[in-house]
Amino acid sequence: MTGGLEGPPPEERIRPTGRRNKQGIRIDPEVEAAHEPRRTVISALVKHEPGVLAEASGLFSRRQFNIESLTVGPTENDDHARITIVVEEPDPEIDQIKKQFRKLVPVISVRELESDAMRRELALVKVTAERPDRVAAVASMYNATTVDSSPETATFEITGSQQKIEAAIETFGQFGIREISRTGTTALARGTSTTAAPLSATESAADGANQDQQYPADDD
Amino acid sequence: MSEGAPPVTQPDEQDDEHADEPTPETAADASPQAKPVTSGAEAVIRALENAGVEYAFGVQGGAIMPVYDALYDSDIRHVTMAHEQGAAHAADAYGIVAGEPGICLATSGPGATNLVTGIADADMDSDPMVALTGQVPTEFVGNDAFQETDTTGVTTPITKDNTFSSDPDRVGTDVSEAFALAGEGRPGPTLVDLPKDITNAATDREPDAPKTPDTYHVQERADEEIVEAAATRIETAKRPVMLLGGGVIKGEASEACREFAIEHNIPVITTMPGTGAFPEDHELSLEGAGMHGTGYANMAITNCDTLIGIGTRFDDRLTGGIESFAPDAELIHVDIDPAEISKNIYAEYPLVGDAQTVVEQLQDAIDSSPEAKKWRVQCQQWKSEYPMDYPAPEDEPLRPEFIVEALDEATSDRAIVTTGVGQHQMWAWQYWTYTEPRTWVSSHGLGTMGYGLPAAIGARLAADDDQEVICVDGDGSFLMTIQGLSVAVREKLDITFVVLNNEYVGMVRQWQDAFFDGRHSASEYNWCPEFDKLAEAFGANGFRIDDYDEVADTIEAAVEYDGPSVIDAHIDPQANVYPMVPSGGDNGQFALTEDQL
Repeated sequence: MTGGLEGPPPEERIRPTGRRNKQGIRIDPEVEAAHEPRRTVISALVKHEPGVLAEASGLFSRRQFNIESLTVGPTENDDHARITIVVEEPDPEIDQIKKQFRKLVPVISVRELESDAMRRELALVKVTAERPDRVAAVASMYNATTVDSSPETATFEITGSQQKIEAAIETFGQFGIREISRTGTTALARGTSTTAAPLSATESAADGANQDQQYPADDD
Repeated sequence: MSEGAPPVTQPDEQDDEHADEPTPETAADASPQAKPVTSGAEAVIRALENAGVEYAFGVQGGAIMPVYDALYDSDIRHVTMAHEQGAAHAADAYGIVAGEPGICLATSGPGATNLVTGIADADMDSDPMVALTGQVPTEFVGNDAFQETDTTGVTTPITKDNTFSSDPDRVGTDVSEAFALAGEGRPGPTLVDLPKDITNAATDREPDAPKTPDTYHVQERADEEIVEAAATRIETAKRPVMLLGGGVIKGEASEACREFAIEHNIPVITTMPGTGAFPEDHELSLEGAGMHGTGYANMAITNCDTLIGIGTRFDDRLTGGIESFAPDAELIHVDIDPAEISKNIYAEYPLVGDAQTVVEQLQDAIDSSPEAKKWRVQCQQWKSEYPMDYPAPEDEPLRPEFIVEALDEATSDRAIVTTGVGQHQMWAWQYWTYTEPRTWVSSHGLGTMGYGLPAAIGARLAADDDQEVICVDGDGSFLMTIQGLSVAVREKLDITFVVLNNEYVGMVRQWQDAFFDGRHSASEYNWCPEFDKLAEAFGANGFRIDDYDEVADTIEAAVEYDGPSVIDAHIDPQANVYPMVPSGGDNGQFALTEDQL
């Protein structure tokens, strides 16, 4: 092969001592600070138009964001829909999800909900009902409503937090579960706090760009 | 109909089908002499005319025919391309050079899918472009009709936004909006899919003026508090570097950045899309960093303590391995797209805003220039330690670097260079001295072989007459889109194509030698068409270079020729590109020879 250039070889060059972690954050090589994934709910107000759901779900898959559930439904305004996603990612990725999501043109606003936000999921659970009395006892324990029953099966509707639904499913498991269908989590912020509102003039698309980020206010 | 003229019929006499005069409100958007639109297709063309479009690049076909029929009466000059991929690349390059969205058109199905590579290329490089695609009539959509493709579905991940037009009264405005969106904020490609029944349908609805959708917001000014903190950081920096990306050129911030760097005496590195944002002949310039950046740029970026990154997305070809990228540096990151901040490299000082505005904010906030005397001396020393000098013995095969330098010598400072992708692209980048923005037109993020030839067509039409357009290509890249030569000849475009011919897919061959034990799997052509003769067959002027003593005269003749010319330059087939940072490697440990890899 030909070519090649003159100059001090790699081993003779000065090298910085620092390094970055995989998220591009400078770290002390002695104390590797890894960001742990956490579960959180992100709510987005979007234009109610064809393709918006495909656009959102496509974004998450192609950027390899780990989405646990995604729900979509109409809102108080016919022109808007709300998409609620539950993600489990470290903080830098959660920031990226919010920013990339916000960048989609049909997306009006995006917000990560507080941990005390109201989160609900609905599940339909069809069990074998050979012992109706015991099945009914479990159902009442979880405030489950009977939706359908046949000589062999009973189907219940359970609404609540994800944890409650998982506990219910586990308990119903003793009777033999035939089929389950779950909606995924939908959520709203509590009280007067808005979940994801249309942008006001003072807010910008860049809000949250620097969320949870500390910059050094003064320098040494 | 002139602005403010009363409607001919009273509103209560009008019905939907008989609105044969535009309402005063919509007529206000059309130029006074323009005839009212009568169809969806005419509304599409009117939207382009209203946006000031001068050129469109495309290929005819069934579903787009109504749009072409409306284009027939327009002053917009249509360049009929030989392949839709070329139409997209030409529009992309037009957008880079003109700073306005380039327009490409294609029919449904294969026309649209042939555009896809060019759209993805524009998306990766944030180039402003509008793609208009024909679509089968609405009633056939979803039935797998002849030449039907789910074009909006296919292009969703590679467009800034796309629209399926479903209303003839709205189709013109869809195009206006797509044009506005392509150029606003961080530019990018947009697409409007145009079903044939919508473009054929009667409408008198003039398009609205170009305006971005109301959900689209751009932050112009960065947070003052962070600007102040960043300014303080720059004042106290001991080893500062500015890194200018493509966003500097797109945001028209080259001049502001140049003034800032010179006033504060800060060394400047450009990314590959940022080439030309800072004059490479200035002593503060360290040229480009990254995989094939200069040794001095890579030493500086690795060892700096303050990195001022403007309009750059810290692509992996620039950063190498994240762990070792500028590991001592606090990053001041200026970008108009908040999603780029801390995406790859964490920014201590996130400055979301327009590049020019934010650089001016920084300029206002900064009270003193950084000391950094030792650092400047160090940067100059690296320049002398790692010169880009290559051996070029007269009795050995031609060095590609020599040809690039001779081309630079033979042309003006404002000459435009387009390239394909591979070794030739790197040589054209490294050995040409770029001093002006919008003179380097290449495929960066997507790395599309075959980009150079159609890009030269788009660049030629966007360039001033006194700007030469030189396409530096490789034999592999040139063969991928060579059909476009027919367009350059037909349109009598003054372009010089220079094929650095090594009869290899050279960059692949270089990697195979370095990382695959020299096993040249599918990278050896061992034979290429005679490109000079092929050029003659197309009707272009053909030249061939084999030796050093032919270089200067041949280049002069080719550049002088008023029309397309092709130089088949047979270079050293074993020539490699250095410096080189292997994929994921440490920029500071760049290899100068193969045995350092």
